[in-house]
Amino acid sequence: MRLRLSTDSIRNASIERVEDLSGQALSSCYQCGRCSAGCPVVDEMDLIPNEVIRLLQFGQIKKVLRSKTIWICASCMQCSARCPKGVEFSSICDALRAMVLRMRLATPAVDAGNLSRVMVSKAPQMGVVSALRKLLNG
Amino acid sequence: MEHRIGVFVCHCGTNIAGVVDVKRVAEELAKYPGVAYSTDYLYMCSDPGQNLVKDAIKEHGLTGVVVSACSPTLHEATFRRAGAAADLNQYRVEMANIREHCSWVHRGDKEMATEKAIKIIKTMIEKVKQNEALEPISVPMTHRAMVVGAGIAGIQAALDIANAGHDVVLVEKEPSVGGHMAQLSETFPTLDCSQCILTPKMVEVSQHPRIKLLTYCEIDDVSGYVGNFKVRIKKKAAYVNRDVCNGCGLCIEKCPAKTASEFDEGLSERKAIYTPFAQAVPNQPVLDRDHCIYFESGKCGVCQKVCPVDAIDYEQKDEFLDEEVGAIIVATGFDLYPIVNIGEYGGGDIKDVVTSLQFERLLSASGPTGGVVRRPSDGEIPKEVVFLTCVGSRDPEGHMPYCSKVCCMYLTKHAMLYKHNEHDGQAYVFYMDVRTPGKDYEEFYQRAAEEDDVLYIRGKVSKLFEEDGKVMVWGVDTLTGQKVEIAADMVVLGLAMVPSATATELAKMLKIQMNQWGFYSEAHPKLRPVESLAPGFYLAGAAQGPKDIPEVVAQASAAASKVCALFAEKEYHREPIVAWIDEDECAGCRICISVCPYDAIEFDDEKEVARVQEAICEGCGARIAACPSATAQQRNLTDDQLYMMVSAALED
Amino acid sequence: MKIPYYPGCTLHERALDFDMASRECANALGVELEELPVWTCCGAVFPLTTDSVMDILAGVRNLAYASRMGDKVVTLCSFCYNVLKRSNKVIREDEEKREKANLFLKADTDERAEMESYLEQDYVGQVEVLHYIEMLRDVVGFDKVAKSLKTSLKGLRVAPYYGCMLLRPKKEMEFDDPERPTIFEDFLETLGCDVVDFPMKAECCGGFQIVRDEETAIACSQTVLSSAIKRDADLIITTCPLCLYNLDRKQKEMAKRVKGFTKIPVIYFTQLLGIALGIDEEHLDFSDNYVDPRPVLAGKKLV
Repeated sequence: MRLRLSTDSIRNASIERVEDLSGQALSSCYQCGRCSAGCPVVDEMDLIPNEVIRLLQFGQIKKVLRSKTIWICASCMQCSARCPKGVEFSSICDALRAMVLRMRLATPAVDAGNLSRVMVSKAPQMGVVSALRKLLNG
Repeated sequence: MEHRIGVFVCHCGTNIAGVVDVKRVAEELAKYPGVAYSTDYLYMCSDPGQNLVKDAIKEHGLTGVVVSACSPTLHEATFRRAGAAADLNQYRVEMANIREHCSWVHRGDKEMATEKAIKIIKTMIEKVKQNEALEPISVPMTHRAMVVGAGIAGIQAALDIANAGHDVVLVEKEPSVGGHMAQLSETFPTLDCSQCILTPKMVEVSQHPRIKLLTYCEIDDVSGYVGNFKVRIKKKAAYVNRDVCNGCGLCIEKCPAKTASEFDEGLSERKAIYTPFAQAVPNQPVLDRDHCIYFESGKCGVCQKVCPVDAIDYEQKDEFLDEEVGAIIVATGFDLYPIVNIGEYGGGDIKDVVTSLQFERLLSASGPTGGVVRRPSDGEIPKEVVFLTCVGSRDPEGHMPYCSKVCCMYLTKHAMLYKHNEHDGQAYVFYMDVRTPGKDYEEFYQRAAEEDDVLYIRGKVSKLFEEDGKVMVWGVDTLTGQKVEIAADMVVLGLAMVPSATATELAKMLKIQMNQWGFYSEAHPKLRPVESLAPGFYLAGAAQGPKDIPEVVAQASAAASKVCALFAEKEYHREPIVAWIDEDECAGCRICISVCPYDAIEFDDEKEVARVQEAICEGCGARIAACPSATAQQRNLTDDQLYMMVSAALED
Repeated sequence: MKIPYYPGCTLHERALDFDMASRECANALGVELEELPVWTCCGAVFPLTTDSVMDILAGVRNLAYASRMGDKVVTLCSFCYNVLKRSNKVIREDEEKREKANLFLKADTDERAEMESYLEQDYVGQVEVLHYIEMLRDVVGFDKVAKSLKTSLKGLRVAPYYGCMLLRPKKEMEFDDPERPTIFEDFLETLGCDVVDFPMKAECCGGFQIVRDEETAIACSQTVLSSAIKRDADLIITTCPLCLYNLDRKQKEMAKRVKGFTKIPVIYFTQLLGIALGIDEEHLDFSDNYVDPRPVLAGKKLV
């Protein structure tokens, strides 16, 4: 693996878009990894949270938008609460999903028309609505 | 008088010239009324730059100089000396600050910055035009120093001053000298025993003929000014007559009341009458009335009964001593950031999560476990020990934003000493960066990893919690991108260093500056690192910022040498930029007396006028603003001067 | 005393037990929860991106309704509380979003005729959003709660589960210490319970991920449950219907997966309060719970 860095590759328009949409400054992250250390769903992620931010610091937006991680985040905000630099990774995830959905880059992680009957009839509405908004709403 | 002012515009490398068009500034000002000479130069503070000023004064017969460069706190003294060397009265040399006040804050707008620089310089030209030639005020000086705090910083500073031939009063609030260094086990990077290198110095301060050691004492009040401070010291009631006590220790042995030992960081108990540790200096006990049965219930009195020399005195009261000194070194040290604030690490409720100072006690041969590392919960020897750096440090969001500087090194030492103790055990250090900038430090770190198999893991731990008798560690290794979990037997927190709890109160009493975190501020971060901005006060040790022992000792010696330099003169020479009162005009309303923060104004009852004591006046200007008849003026900052300066600034 | 009450969709439909128990308890404490005459879904999640004003409207609209009825609004569901409180903060602090949101509110049409005059004034964040537990502490007072108790819960070991949405983001919620919260402990002590402090009380149950992938959420929930079980809790209380769904209903799946899995009842905190206040079990309704709490409660002679 080799990464060639240059001014243009680091600060591209997509990265600025992530910062705008999430309200987070990517350069604030000093890669301590605490977001990953406390994440309850990190086991399933292909990129752990600090890696997502690191890739964004390098301008590697494509890798990040293709990752499973952004769909696995449960928005528990533990990463944000413990970040020593005040970076909210959960907000960055929200922004990244919004970008994928708005640009129709991937098939959404849930199919609203194909939810299980149990889910539709038994689960609390707040759960279904929040999942659909988090995972389908750009 | 015809004004012949010289203007010297400094580039400060690109600091100023990168923003301000210095050539244009020099040219514009050459045309300004009263300016006889105007030029620019790359570094005005350098030797050629200063010579430029000196030569111009002689060649052009200058009556005043405006050096347009950085802040006067940095180089005013430099250029005043240069002026004096060319026979220009030093108080006719002024600085126009076009760096901090202009180029550094207007990087985005060069045109505006240039205009602003011109205006700043014009105001100073108007000031210099009316500056009087003044001479420094000479005041008598007490050649005796006070050192506040008797940790390693205070001890070193006191010894250096005393060995240079001056008397020193060394004040310590605890019952013994030694500070935190006395608690440490072994010291990095040489692993020499802390007590072995410290205790001889502790004894030396207690026996030095020029050092008056006042333990269990606090500063109560400070008045006066550099060269002539009056300090009131509270000698706290120890309920032990220290003139009589022979330190036999019988009272301690027989005392039935126990409480947590501060010296052992709560890991052992001490008696209500106690010395903090066996090698305490002085070796006389004090009685802690909050934990004494006699003071609680009127019963007991065992210590008094057993004392062979009748030294116990339950009626003893706090006493007050007055000391006169010429200079004061503050060396009040540090505390650890409170563990209770770190909720994600249990906030102090998980028994086997200990602070770095607690771990020092566990490693110490004189500690509660005799130098064998044992878990506080069950006394077992831990097999998996996790060390966390940056706990409360480098955390602007929740705790302290700064790096505490020594944690990387002492945790490495902890891990290494633990491994020397327990060869089968495993030590893990979670780090963000391993910072080893000191002589032999990097080698020490590498040794820990290579020879003692300390496993360094790059990542910050998110959470610690108890589970099945272990401390669960939720960490991460950012290098491989994995969440890391360790079931540890013990966890050691490298907590941030913060100024000692009493530092802020003392700073307010002494009127010395602190930064926003309560560390004492030095007069200049590079060039005056051991002086406070307030004259006569010097800084040593961790009270000024986190630092390790070698650095503390170096700084303490530096502070001592500054005090010795001050004492090298018979009298103290101070700035003559002080207030004065026209006695013919003064109505005797006394308003100025009520506003002066330095008590520098006396009232002449006979003439019914106020009079300034020049030796005390700091030239703050408060009384000048307050004077209803404008009879009070500041030398070289008169109302007339201010008017002309403001006019110059507002001119189109 | 009447206090405006925003139930939210879930308490209106699938968590009727929570709604009923909470109203009954309030009545017993002399408080009438006055449901807003008109309300809509709050949106369940706070806007995902900063460029969205539309997404904040549902929350703001409900707050505007509430402002017609008083200076406070009480809610129970953690998600509703999170959305309303954060939306309110945006309206208070972000002038641009406040103006835009009010323009939208003014464009609302007459299908809400009975409330039409609510639009006369801008909504500027004047309503205080209270969680029911805050109402108990700050409006009713825990001391008054203590005086109203009919049954002692002494000996009942209860683990309070906070979850995420009450506590985080900490600067916006300002609900309690996000690492070591105590409000539910104080509440449980008021009821006389033995409080079981457990390290997972503010860790995630998996939340909405249950919809995408059960495995993810169940793993989270199991971590939470086993931590409380290990500390010998008799039951767990919560204030979030989604947490309850993940922690209670999914124990069926956990039991299938883990050999020797011990079940533990999870109930709403107002159901427990109801028992202590001597409210008829019928009004507390434990029929929906997968793990029936009644055997545990009966063991302590509480039902």
